[in-house]
Amino acid sequence: MEFKDYYQIMGVKRDATQDEIKRAYRKLARKYHPDVSKEPDAEVRFKEVGEAYEVLKDPEKRAAYDQLGANWKAGQDFRPPPDWDAGFEFHGGGFSGADASRFSDFFESLFGHGFAAGGGGHTAYHAHGEDAHAKVLIDLEDAYHGATRTLTLQHTELGADGRPQVKQRTLNARIPRGVRQGQFIRLAGQGGAGMGKGKAGDLYLEVEFRTHPFYHVEGRDVFLDLPVAPWEAALGATVKAPTPTGAVDLKIPAGSTGGRKLRLKGRGIPGATPGDFYVVLQIALPPAESAAAKTAYREMEQALKFNPRARMGG
Amino acid sequence: MTKDLETLLSGDVLGEDVELTLVELCRSCQLPAERVYELVDEGIIEPMGREPAGWRFRWTSVRRVRCALRLEHDLGVNLAGAALALDLLEELNRLRARLRHLG
Repeated sequence: MEFKDYYQIMGVKRDATQDEIKRAYRKLARKYHPDVSKEPDAEVRFKEVGEAYEVLKDPEKRAAYDQLGANWKAGQDFRPPPDWDAGFEFHGGGFSGADASRFSDFFESLFGHGFAAGGGGHTAYHAHGEDAHAKVLIDLEDAYHGATRTLTLQHTELGADGRPQVKQRTLNARIPRGVRQGQFIRLAGQGGAGMGKGKAGDLYLEVEFRTHPFYHVEGRDVFLDLPVAPWEAALGATVKAPTPTGAVDLKIPAGSTGGRKLRLKGRGIPGATPGDFYVVLQIALPPAESAAAKTAYREMEQALKFNPRARMGG
Repeated sequence: MTKDLETLLSGDVLGEDVELTLVELCRSCQLPAERVYELVDEGIIEPMGREPAGWRFRWTSVRRVRCALRLEHDLGVNLAGAALALDLLEELNRLRARLRHLG
């Protein structure tokens, strides 16, 4: 098991005061909170910081951790010395209800015993099993066609020794056609087990679309930015445009300008009231790298007498 | 508690138009009604209807409640702070989505 340098994780010196540790924690917790942070590894970092703070904020645990010595390096192979905690009495005080079962093996090996019972806010007796929540990431195409997803979910369960353990389970769920970002799929009875005669809770899957390279979605409607050549926009043309259900021939009216929206009714996300598909024209400029291209641009300049800034008084 | 992978689970879809009663919201978020009153007082969620017995909540309330509770628990903010953070986060997400679209 790897040694964890809690001081390094918190970015504080070994002789930091309790106040300094608290301030460092608050700052890092805000930075890496999974609801707030855009850091890719936010969730991992947030757990790591939470674990470090769990130890360092509690003078008893901190003192016990400190007497392991300052010579350990983060990541070094670690076994707790026998009787390492002799003479320390942990009261479980200050245990913040953080989910200790999600802490590292390193934490578990040092503080695991005696803390499990104190934590958690789940002392209340619920006959009805708890509802569970998870996110499910799908492609936009899945919303058009429906799909199945295999999900691996983690949940905490009390083991035979009364300590919470992280268990994994895998299930197959159907993603119905027509789901939209932010909707929930309720799988009845797939949440936490009920107590006594209580029913099991439900599992709620929150639908999130993976970012698509071409399309973006607003509610039921799907948008595509489609590059067109200046002459296609000016003279009109029929061009191929991709849609999630396959390419279509799209008629671009003559005299179109950049940003013009063309609507394909009912080709958004399907449903009782299907969304629409919008093609937003983006005028792409041909590069003027060859002599012929430069000549063509000069001829256009001569022929068109076009002032794009006419409305700015330019 | 591993599920047999041969079974395919189907569920119902809860959209923006699905409404929850106070009891259903309490159950889904594992909260006593008093805590929901506090969340309503802070404007974190807005019920439709006048009396708690007739309150209806939109489904998006569940997401806001759960996020507010995490912020409260993990960062030590009070509910007014969580309400502010939630509104700013939603604005941020809207802007990020637009930015992604423009970029």
